[in-house]
Amino acid sequence: MKPAPFDYVAPGTLPEALRFLADEEREVKVLAGGQSLVPMLNMRLARPELLVDITRIPELRTLDVEGDGALRIGAGVRQAAVAVDPAVSAGWPLLTEAIGHIGHPQIRNRGTVCGSLVHHDPAAELPTAALALDARFDLSGPAGTRTVDADDFFLSTFLTALEADEIVTSVRFAAQPHRTGWSFEELARRRGDFAAIGVAVLLTRAEAGGVDRARVVFCAAGSRPLRLPEAEDALLAAEGPERLDDAFAAAGAAARARLDPPSDVHADAEWRREAAEILLVRACNRAWERTR
Amino acid sequence: MTDTTEARPDPLPSAAPPLSEPSSWHELHLTVNGRPIRAQVESRLLLSDFLRARLSLTGTHVGCEHGVCGACTVLVDGEPVRSCLTLAVACEGASLRTVESLADEEGQLTDVQRAFHEQHAMQCGFCTAGFVMSCTAMVEAPERPAEDEVADQLSGHLCRCTGYRNIRAAVEQVLDDRYGKAGEEK
Ligand SMILES: Cc1cc2nc3c(=O)[nH]c(=O)nc-3n(C[C@H](O)[C@H](O)[C@H](O)COP(=O)(O)OP(=O)(O)OC[C@H]3O[C@@H](n4cnc5c(N)ncnc54)[C@H](O)[C@@H]3O)c2cc1C
Ligand code: FES
Ligand code: FES
Repeated sequence: MKPAPFDYVAPGTLPEALRFLADEEREVKVLAGGQSLVPMLNMRLARPELLVDITRIPELRTLDVEGDGALRIGAGVRQAAVAVDPAVSAGWPLLTEAIGHIGHPQIRNRGTVCGSLVHHDPAAELPTAALALDARFDLSGPAGTRTVDADDFFLSTFLTALEADEIVTSVRFAAQPHRTGWSFEELARRRGDFAAIGVAVLLTRAEAGGVDRARVVFCAAGSRPLRLPEAEDALLAAEGPERLDDAFAAAGAAARARLDPPSDVHADAEWRREAAEILLVRACNRAWERTR
Repeated sequence: MTDTTEARPDPLPSAAPPLSEPSSWHELHLTVNGRPIRAQVESRLLLSDFLRARLSLTGTHVGCEHGVCGACTVLVDGEPVRSCLTLAVACEGASLRTVESLADEEGQLTDVQRAFHEQHAMQCGFCTAGFVMSCTAMVEAPERPAEDEVADQLSGHLCRCTGYRNIRAAVEQVLDDRYGKAGEEK
């Protein structure tokens, strides 16, 4: 349970970090909070030859709301800092709620938001929240910068669109429409465990009372965060407050019918489908209450 | 408290490269329990092993070495973190506190330690240093943490003996003392 030997470097600027990552002679890995990478080093599931610690690069350590109202979280920003940020809980409360489900405070004190997104565990909360919030990723590499939408970023279990010589420098979340309610619901055996199944819901209340816009994204239901258009359509069909319960039930039923989750040691597929239905209805009710 | 100020030497050459140069070893400067420390460390050295093997601060225990049990929790710049998931080199410039920093030279316990003793919040004691460090950070907060936050902090620690009730009681004893009973002003 000790890491194999590696070289370590903590550059102070992004260009320097990119230069180290461009080394084609050896296996180089970015180190952020280390809360996923160090367990893998300890178990020798990962044996990089060089670790580039990006948490000492000042320009990556910023969290700000930009001119267009979008939230930008730099790659050096810890999950715990985002969870207590008042601008985040005012404008993107789904993120605040999602982070609250991640492990334990002791993990969130070190783990970064971008690190969780890049690690892309299919049961992780942040990739699911990022897809629900239409996040955009800012990537830097030897060829320059590019921006990737969340839907194109998450490929498969532990796999993203990031190239080995690129760094995610920040993730951006556009301002949410007015009257948008949120909920992140999950079930895990013990507090702090990865979700056995979880769902992020965003509902925007129409002037007339129905649902204007709906987002339903599941975690731990497949090899990446899974958006469920069938459930969203069921929610959009709610014409007024009196028909809401029916719409929520229809969304839940759609989730149960459409999801094809895995069976593993945490739960079997049938249990996950049943739990998905119950969680989605619960999340819809909670999100709706918060649309006021 | 230990008298260690210099880390035990490592069989490495003496001119260590700065952190801005890739290397398998580095010179590290940090503060542990109020004492400035200078040490040469291998890049792969975990903070838990640095504290235990190089500084002889063996009060920090190591259970699982993958972040699950919480036994190795120490305070880095005031925040509880897993020392088994933190590289020693990543602590350059940081200020660390371990369980050895709590009781004073005469052995006078802190209120958290005393509450653990009075409430029988330990049996074998393997998990205790970790719990005590997270609880120490919690009771230093400007406001009384909500019940749910207490549960959240404690969920980051496994105890195979006590069943957690007495640990909870110990925390509540300190919180009541420091902030007044829940719902009451002190
Ligand atoms: C006990 C325990 C419980 C946990 N529970 C949960 C949970 O319930 N839910 C959950 O979602 N997570 C959980 N985690 C994981 C935690 O959220 C991690 O913090 C997160 O997955 C990784 O973030 P990090 O900053 O620690 O990244 P690191 O561990 O430093 O890096 C993870 C990976 O991402 C790469 N990387 C990181 N940042 C960048 C970047 N900016 N650009 C390019 N590559 C990058 C690294 O090279 C590495 O491959 C848990 C961890 C532990 C130890
Ligand atoms: S030894 Fe660090 S969490 Fe178990
Ligand atoms: S007292 Fe034995 S593990 Fe907690």
